[in-house]
Amino acid sequence: MGYYTNKYHLALYIVFYSAIIIVGLYYILSGLGYRFDIGWFFEATSPFMWADLGIGLAISLSVVGAAWGIFATGSSIVGGGVKAPRIKTKNLVSIIFCEAVAIYGIIMAIVLSNNIAPYDATAAKDILRKNYFGGYSIFAAGLTVGLSNLACGICVGIVGSGAALADAQNASLFVKVLIVEIFGSAIGLFGVIIGIIQVSKSAMGNKP
Amino acid sequence: MADSEFLFNMDHGYLEGLCRGFRSGILTQGDYLNLVQCETLEDLKLHLQSTDYGTFLQNEPSPLQVATIDDKLREKLVIEFQHLRNHSLAPLSQFMDYITYSYMIDNIILLITGTLHQRAISELLPKCHPLGSFEQMASISIASTPAELYNAVLVDTPLAPFFVECISEQDMDEMNIELIRNTLYKAYLESFYNFCQNIGGATAEVMGQILSFEADRRCFIITINSFGTELSKDDRAKLYPRCGKLYPDGLVKLAKADDYDQVQNVAQYYGEYRNIFDNVGNGPSEKTLEDRFFEHEVKLNVLAFQQQFHFGVFYSWLKLKEQESRNVVWIAECIAQRNRGKIDNYVPIF
Repeated sequence: MGYYTNKYHLALYIVFYSAIIIVGLYYILSGLGYRFDIGWFFEATSPFMWADLGIGLAISLSVVGAAWGIFATGSSIVGGGVKAPRIKTKNLVSIIFCEAVAIYGIIMAIVLSNNIAPYDATAAKDILRKNYFGGYSIFAAGLTVGLSNLACGICVGIVGSGAALADAQNASLFVKVLIVEIFGSAIGLFGVIIGIIQVSKSAMGNKP
Repeated sequence: MADSEFLFNMDHGYLEGLCRGFRSGILTQGDYLNLVQCETLEDLKLHLQSTDYGTFLQNEPSPLQVATIDDKLREKLVIEFQHLRNHSLAPLSQFMDYITYSYMIDNIILLITGTLHQRAISELLPKCHPLGSFEQMASISIASTPAELYNAVLVDTPLAPFFVECISEQDMDEMNIELIRNTLYKAYLESFYNFCQNIGGATAEVMGQILSFEADRRCFIITINSFGTELSKDDRAKLYPRCGKLYPDGLVKLAKADDYDQVQNVAQYYGEYRNIFDNVGNGPSEKTLEDRFFEHEVKLNVLAFQQQFHFGVFYSWLKLKEQESRNVVWIAECIAQRNRGKIDNYVPIF
């Protein structure tokens, strides 16, 4: 943790942490600690914010992962395909695996958005609790799916790049490396499954 | 992070794929067996047509000369390297520029020596290595002493920092040309090594190994070549690049060595170099020291291709192609002179 690429990063690190410590100490020592109220924050923010953030994260992080994977694999396929044109068609399978990651994201975003419904803010406590639970679970599911698809997309991309270059040297290697890619793309699927389980119990709306 | 595996392909993925494509065109053992069985240079040309080289000798008038083959091999290599360099982005472009500096050093020394012996610049320019060409090459002849040369011409080239680090202006006039070459090369090698270490990641690891072997090899060769000349031990010690495994203890011992056996003793302390110094000789079935150094260099360069997402592949491909050119020219010479005794002394690559 003591390695910084230059003095600018070190200065930024020191300024940031000392600001936090000074502000925190000020609140504690002046008896104003009650103002730092996490519970109030969660009660005051609308569950719709959390739900919509979750949907946004699901689709956007999945797309980032898919894009990362596609550029990593695509540039290697194009480079290797100059001297070994036979690899061009077979290696599109790697691109398809990366694209599947974005499709998981979009499916989850649609599934999640079906769970959102308006509710009456003055209703009874148990309806309010249900809606807050719905908001948080949609956020969590979206984050789960988004982050796992991000990792999956990067993984499939880097392995696909290796597959293209190995195939260019020796055609019998492609199928073996493809098996590694298949395992890599399975981890995106795990994220989708868990996301579905997370939202399965939740529903927003006015019904108890 | 920028040059680790996550973002490497963004800027350099296509070029790495292309470079590996070039590498797969390097002649294999089967090709060499075919070439060794040729009777004439025309046969050689025919066999080379079925390799990656294709019809590169098509337009040459017969009878074919070995020097023409050498030139054409180099021309193909230079075209491929320039293509890669033209499409590269920083830091790969800086890395490839560093590779060309060693050829620039050779060219400058060639031009200085030629000018000192009153040769015309037009005679010298075709002998320069095309990878090491720079804009001010033609104006080297205007200077009559090395110091003037530095002030007028060399200070604008990319090699200026290497002159500044180790030689002052007065030194340039008194020093022997070979000393200038070796001092420049030492500064260049250390600078290249530091550049690769700053890039970090797999590049630092792969290039670190290759460049430290290069540094140690130069230390050994300089020491062995300086026996019997008037180079003092202190001057010799100033020429050793310090980025190899021999630094610092081995270099101290090497600086004190007086003959070949003492050099071999120093090599005994290091595993790989002990293996290189065994079985060296000039007999029919023994290899010379240079050959064994070349073999070890080829081994390191081939290993560079085992890792992905680093710049070492570009350096290693260039060096392996050069070794291949040397091999083909060796075989061609043996065929042309009808002396097939040592035709198998090329260094096999794959």
